[in-house]
Amino acid sequence: MSGAVKGPVLILGAGSDIARACARAFAARGCAIQLAARDPARLEADRADLETRYGVAVSLHAVDALEVESHEDVVARLPDLPMVAICAVGLMGDQDENAGDMRRAALVFRSNFEGPASLLGVLANRMEARGSGTIVGISSVAGERGRASNYIYGSAKAGFTAYLSGLRNRLAGRGVHVVTVLPGFVATKMTEGMDLPGPLLAQPDEVGRAILAAVEKGRDVIHVRRIWRLVMAVIKAIPEGIFKKTSI
Amino acid sequence: MTRLSGWGRFRPVETRVAKARGEADVAAALAGGPLIARGNGRAYGDSAVSPGLTLDMRGMDRMLSFDPVRGVLVAEAGVLLADVIAAFLPRGWFPAVTPGTKFVSLGGAIAADVHGKNHHLDGGFGAFVDWVEVMGADGKIARAEAGSDLFDWTVGGMGLTGVILRAQIRLRPVETGWIVQDMRATQTLAATIDMMEATNDAPYSVAWLDCVTQGAMMGRGLVMLGRHARLEDLPREKRRKPFATPKKPVLRLPVDLPAAALNGVTRRVFNAGYYWNGRRKPGPRLVDWDSYFYPLDAILDWNRGYGRAGFVQFQCALPQEAARPGMAALLGAIAASGEASVLSVLKRFGAERGRFSFPMAGYTLALDFPANDRSLKLMERLDAITLDHGGRFYLAKDARMPRAVMEAADPRVAAFRAMRERSGAAGLFVSAQSERLGL
Repeated sequence: MSGAVKGPVLILGAGSDIARACARAFAARGCAIQLAARDPARLEADRADLETRYGVAVSLHAVDALEVESHEDVVARLPDLPMVAICAVGLMGDQDENAGDMRRAALVFRSNFEGPASLLGVLANRMEARGSGTIVGISSVAGERGRASNYIYGSAKAGFTAYLSGLRNRLAGRGVHVVTVLPGFVATKMTEGMDLPGPLLAQPDEVGRAILAAVEKGRDVIHVRRIWRLVMAVIKAIPEGIFKKTSI
Repeated sequence: MTRLSGWGRFRPVETRVAKARGEADVAAALAGGPLIARGNGRAYGDSAVSPGLTLDMRGMDRMLSFDPVRGVLVAEAGVLLADVIAAFLPRGWFPAVTPGTKFVSLGGAIAADVHGKNHHLDGGFGAFVDWVEVMGADGKIARAEAGSDLFDWTVGGMGLTGVILRAQIRLRPVETGWIVQDMRATQTLAATIDMMEATNDAPYSVAWLDCVTQGAMMGRGLVMLGRHARLEDLPREKRRKPFATPKKPVLRLPVDLPAAALNGVTRRVFNAGYYWNGRRKPGPRLVDWDSYFYPLDAILDWNRGYGRAGFVQFQCALPQEAARPGMAALLGAIAASGEASVLSVLKRFGAERGRFSFPMAGYTLALDFPANDRSLKLMERLDAITLDHGGRFYLAKDARMPRAVMEAADPRVAAFRAMRERSGAAGLFVSAQSERLGL
């Protein structure tokens, strides 16, 4: 799929910084926007913002990514089946706490893999039946290789990345396209307080623009900043015997 | 802890930084001790860095409502003027007052009561604000309506009355995205001021001064007048899309230039070249809004051009009756020092408003110098000349003024301090600048 993007655009996990940037990028193209989050009342200001800036229609929807049983209903109740569905749901937590308490780890697994996979799976099935649509999953470079500093979150994202890849394979030729986004570091609430190198750190609006461009051009897998492709190629090429002794 | 400075990159301050995404974050930050709100960091000095917490307001950047009949916008403090222009110029509205960069936040524009090329007729940014919502020392949100005490202290109050959360502003209806600019070269300072007096009814008016040339030609310059182009001012082919202006490439300055790059020689060459280039094309012509109002925005990181040590701005206002001798004395001191400001801008101010705003009826002169011992010495001399002529200083530009100079220049300081004590703002809303100046 390529050319002018069509709405409505559904944004799951709409309260995040990246989600806000995505909503603005697509609304600037004139797309109607559906914002979905656990507590949609908190999205009123974002709705007003999108309507005021871009004059597009915006609707708010309640969705809990962890309540998998509800997902068929949530999607069925949307005013329109979206043309583009972007999943920005995720939870990082603290690696040491996650590793020390498997209940926390399970929450991270479910928030980054099970929930997003379920929501996008429901949407993908309906888009496939319609024969059109784009699914965008925001995964992470952390899923490219497990590291001591981030492997709970990273392994959930690895699952999500593999899921998106399989979904893309399944739907190729069925009119539905799947974009995998591996953003690298982004200046958001999640990374606040971390000391991250400037050239590797993207701003949320860069991510929003990159996702819009990927949807318009029908790209499969994107890194927001190109340098991440190189960084991850190096990290993935290190032999395991050496890698296990490093702290990256 | 982070090292943070204003746009001039002069003397960074060690500060903690937190980002506010909603008013709950502001309230939480307030509970943690002294802070100052920061918008997009375009104040040149230390107005928006705190020795305590610097609260980044860019996360509160939502537009909340717009009345398309009256051009009234309600928005959060972190919205940039660039966002306002992007959203509303295509619908025929433009900021009623704009400073020389579109990358200022709404909160910052109100806190500094920024002025534009139309101050002589329209007043400052605050003249087009209907109300401001401010979170005070008690953590409560007050809506200050125009004309109220809190409003008059907050507009121009440099964020020292509380954290500006939201505001309602009035935009200006325009028919096109173009400006009819009329450039006129002058031979002397007196002629420059004469020209500005004679053209006082021009909606926009500003003069660039050559501050290198000494003697009789001192203060020669280019007076740049402007008005929003009407539809009939545009050539026929532009009338169908009157708000479409050429998209300018965004340039970046990816590295700090060596401090020597903008040295005496290059500044001299620049001043002479700018003058003669301007003289070659006098008279009215059409200029797009971006080139007219924001020429420096074309290079995103232009502040890196001064090298690592950064640069320092000097901007004073002189009352009308003292403007001619005062400006002559200031330019004389600069020329005699051998320093040259890269850009020297002279502007007519209209009547004073608010209780702590910078503008006063008269003239203002803005200068910038690379930060070094010689220029800092020169600025002490300029401080003294300003005081001798009954002038005052622009806090959004200041990075180095001693407390005694501020107190001598501005008798309003005592009342400002008393207000801050009464409201509880004194210990809580603190910038490096407010500490330096004892505000």
